Amino acid sequence: MAINWFKYSSPASFYFLAGKMIPFFSIAAVALCVAGLYIGFFVAPTDFQQGEAYRIIFIHVPAAWMSMFLYVIMAVWSGIGLAFNTRLSSMVATAIAPTGAMFTFLALWTGALWGKPMWGTWWVWDARLTSELILLFLYIGFMSLQAAIDDPRRADRAGAMIALVGVVNVPIIYFSVKWWNTLHQGASVSLTQSPKMATTMLTGMLIMSLACWMYAIAMVLIRTRAIILERERHTAWVGELQGAAG
Amino acid sequence: MSWTSLSDFLDMGGYGFYVWGSYVVFLVCIAGEIIMVFNRKRTLLKHLSLIHQSTKQEKRNETAS
Repeated sequence: MAINWFKYSSPASFYFLAGKMIPFFSIAAVALCVAGLYIGFFVAPTDFQQGEAYRIIFIHVPAAWMSMFLYVIMAVWSGIGLAFNTRLSSMVATAIAPTGAMFTFLALWTGALWGKPMWGTWWVWDARLTSELILLFLYIGFMSLQAAIDDPRRADRAGAMIALVGVVNVPIIYFSVKWWNTLHQGASVSLTQSPKMATTMLTGMLIMSLACWMYAIAMVLIRTRAIILERERHTAWVGELQGAAG
Repeated sequence: MSWTSLSDFLDMGGYGFYVWGSYVVFLVCIAGEIIMVFNRKRTLLKHLSLIHQSTKQEKRNETAS
């Protein structure tokens, strides 16, 4: 069956496709979150070194992963929008930024609350923590720059520059624990080594990560739909949509 | 399961403040983002229906005059 993928690069077609996809991702997010938290609090054992404090891992690691994934995805869509001048790609990039910034903040917040009992400090200026803080500033910079420019197409291009330049920070965050001697522990999950933690802990963490993915996708789709309506409000199809609704 | 009672669960082996401090802020952020996104959508739809009504009104005025 031939699918015309380009059809969905038009904001109008994407608007309706996204509308159909949002319930699926929302339900998946809630179900996975319930399952992940159940495993995290009632199945996973107590850590022999960190006691119960380690249970922060079930939100800390997913939030930190999402903060990096979302930034890369935002940069990719920004880049596509810049290179091919596709409106929808830039709208998706704009829609990703607030969710990415929220996950970055949560990674820092939960990290501070985990660092205090384990390291004896809320914050240290070490490579991992500092580069994650820079990521938060990059998200905030992207959003404020776009908010400051009235013409949406110019805002898209300006934001794309920040997104693309800032993407070098993501491998720095990821490899910071290897490149520098930091207080932060090494990667929790690695492709080359067998996991260092109990299977149930790993399962809970991975399910929570999937839940965060589903949540982020649902949020980005809803926000993209709002951005599409805002930018296309003078077009005939939005008028028809309103005519049908009101 | 590692808990014998609710207070044991809330205590989190003495780390209750840190564990629940993380989870509560996590939930507040997610709830806040959901509320903000739906507010944005609602205001937008209200605004759009106002535009739609005013254009309909204009057309009616044009045909009347």
